[in-house]
Amino acid sequence: MSASSWVLALLQALLYAALAPLLAGWVRKVKARLQNRRGAPLLQPYRDLYKLFAKEARMAHTASLLFRAAPYIVFIAVWLAASAVPLLTTGLPTAAIADVIVIAGLLALARFFLALAGMDVGTAFGGMGASREMFVSALAEPAMLMAVFTLAMTAHSTNLASVVDYQLASHDVLRPSYMFALAGLVLVAVAETGRIPVDNPATHLELTMIHEAMILEYSGRHLALMEWAAQLKLLLYGTLLANVFFPWGVAQGTGPSALGQGLAVITLKLAALGVVLAVSETVLTKMRLFRVPAFLDLALLLALLGLLSHVILEVGA
Amino acid sequence: MSLEHLPLLQQFMVVLAAMALFTSFVLLEQARLVSAIHAFAWQGVLVTLVTLVVASSGGQTHLFFSAALTLGLKALFIPWMLHRLVRTLELDRHSEPLQRPALVIMAAVALVIFSYWLVLPIVQQELMFTRNIVAVSLAVVLIGLLMMVVRQQAVAQVLGFMSMENGLFLAAVSATGGMPLIVELGVAFDVLVAMVLFGVFFFQIRESIDTLDVDRMNRLTERGDDA
Repeated sequence: MSASSWVLALLQALLYAALAPLLAGWVRKVKARLQNRRGAPLLQPYRDLYKLFAKEARMAHTASLLFRAAPYIVFIAVWLAASAVPLLTTGLPTAAIADVIVIAGLLALARFFLALAGMDVGTAFGGMGASREMFVSALAEPAMLMAVFTLAMTAHSTNLASVVDYQLASHDVLRPSYMFALAGLVLVAVAETGRIPVDNPATHLELTMIHEAMILEYSGRHLALMEWAAQLKLLLYGTLLANVFFPWGVAQGTGPSALGQGLAVITLKLAALGVVLAVSETVLTKMRLFRVPAFLDLALLLALLGLLSHVILEVGA
Repeated sequence: MSLEHLPLLQQFMVVLAAMALFTSFVLLEQARLVSAIHAFAWQGVLVTLVTLVVASSGGQTHLFFSAALTLGLKALFIPWMLHRLVRTLELDRHSEPLQRPALVIMAAVALVIFSYWLVLPIVQQELMFTRNIVAVSLAVVLIGLLMMVVRQQAVAQVLGFMSMENGLFLAAVSATGGMPLIVELGVAFDVLVAMVLFGVFFFQIRESIDTLDVDRMNRLTERGDDA
């Protein structure tokens, strides 16, 4: 791989970090419009991050080194995971590490440190949030891997870039397994990014929060990194869904026109996905925490059915 | 021969069959009777669509008739009748979640794998790819059976029974291009008569044991003559 393609890979990673607050702002804006509010401007998340970075970071007396280090680890792990997912093109050197198992592992690492940081200070909410987060993720992770293995079995590779390439090469195939895997992965994405039915990202209502409870003790640049990591995670799952299941328009080369086309297409796809997310968050209500296992069981069932229907219906005897 | 080499219409059929299997799972896990009846109606619609696809790709005109029959009977009439029964019996707010939902679902998944294993030798001998749908139909039949086993509610058991019939019909349509019309008519009327009889039985059961939870019937025999 030449140096210029590494530069491109770096640019894609930077683009991820730059786009993440925009997607969050877009979802918030659409949601506000749906609720007949005018809503915060589209660029508000950038201003929030800027404000938080400028502020002093206060720390509890009981906080250890772990508490201080966790935001950086969480942000970098999520960012690394995100930059491995093909955003504009599959022809980048990062495609070699775009393995789903690596991505799941990096996300698990981020989650582990997030939960540790939640428990570190020793407040009741932090511990509660951490335990809930682990509870949700323990159920969501098998479903996610199962859904992704369905894709991997079809494309004969766990590498996301090759999955996308395979999809682009074989069009016009209706696959029941993809339908199930998509549905399962959507449910997992909702649970993992802490959106409504599972967690409400806009609440500070103590008894229902999961993600917010863990980062309650953070302030200043630490909080900014945590928020940014959460936005990146949303973008990661959005890109995963958009590019793997609807791969049309993803560039395979690294030419300027191909990249431009890739950028335009992914922007449209993510905007559409944001609208879908906002609508679903408007029509659904948050469910009780003890209903979450049933929700994730459904995700697991869908993923399992995807796997089975691949074996039964799609592989010729 | 794999999925890519099939014409689009048959790919569509495979997707429909997979969705029918999914409605079986929905039916199995549904706690509320009204939602379960809706799931059953959707399964009927999917089976109808499969029949239509087979009819239009194979050019067998009598399948159009049986598709109409399936739609009328299994997607509209029987769900409507069950709906009315449930409302008369005042069960529409009744909800009975499964005791161990995850375990039941895993059992159903195991049944799917089992039926695939069972059908495997048949599929290997045939050239026609869509015969894989036989495995799916067998799974629908077995899940219907499982539903009759795990549910205590009489109406839910009847739904399991009816979805078994859906599975049989799916197998017949996808594997052999449909049964002869006379057989199909016979089966349709069988189901219809069964439905009417079930309706009568519901009232009978409820009158004698005051509930539709058929598990209670086991306890009735203990006390009796010598008391």
